[in-house]
Amino acid sequence: MPTKLTINCTTGERAEVEMTAEEVAQQEADASAFAEEQAARQAQETAAAEAKASAQAKLKALGLTDAEIEALTK
Amino acid sequence: MATFDLIQTVTVGAGGAASIEFTSIPQTYTDLQVVASVRSSDGGGSLRIQPNGLTTNLSSRRLEGSGSSATSVTDASIVFVYAVTLSQYTASVFSNITIYIPNYAGSTFKSISVDGVMENNATESYQNLVSGLWSNTSAITSLTLAKSTGNFVHHSSASLYGIKNT
Repeated sequence: MPTKLTINCTTGERAEVEMTAEEVAQQEADASAFAEEQAARQAQETAAAEAKASAQAKLKALGLTDAEIEALTK
Repeated sequence: MATFDLIQTVTVGAGGAASIEFTSIPQTYTDLQVVASVRSSDGGGSLRIQPNGLTTNLSSRRLEGSGSSATSVTDASIVFVYAVTLSQYTASVFSNITIYIPNYAGSTFKSISVDGVMENNATESYQNLVSGLWSNTSAITSLTLAKSTGNFVHHSSASLYGIKNT
């Protein structure tokens, strides 16, 4: 079982205690939610990078130089 | 003139800890500030801020910059900080996180602002700015910093300061 570190700010007493089942469940829910968020973000960044590469390829096909494309996309 | 008083400092022991909890916080200051130096035992870099042990009535907006990209995330039910240095990042590097909570002992909703960085000297670093809200009128008497996965490693530390006008 994971542990939590507690410190009583009034007495200074410190304790290392096992987390409750409820706290462990909360941690697992957090981990799951955060993993989903990270996956969604990664997908968004990948899609944006692919769209940018596609747009640059189309500009090149129209005859723009790399310097011109870079100037447009900066 | 405002004064900063160190209320307590806690340092994680050799076994690590999944969360750090300040309890029985004195109600004699106007604001609270936590200064944390933390590192993760795994590849998860987020921590949750939990006033009075509660996970309800929390919301936040998080701005993240990695040096190569920037994102904004809205969390409708949690205050996350994505700035706990990951285990695969440069050895012995700990993140810096500052949490500021004004009017923590009052009877209005509590704002929570966070500024944190985690660094990987070889390739990247992340900056996190979080504006959080705890929509609860209770005074804050305890504050928990909980890892979302894994543990805070040995030597991670957190200090709680009280701020008041003198």
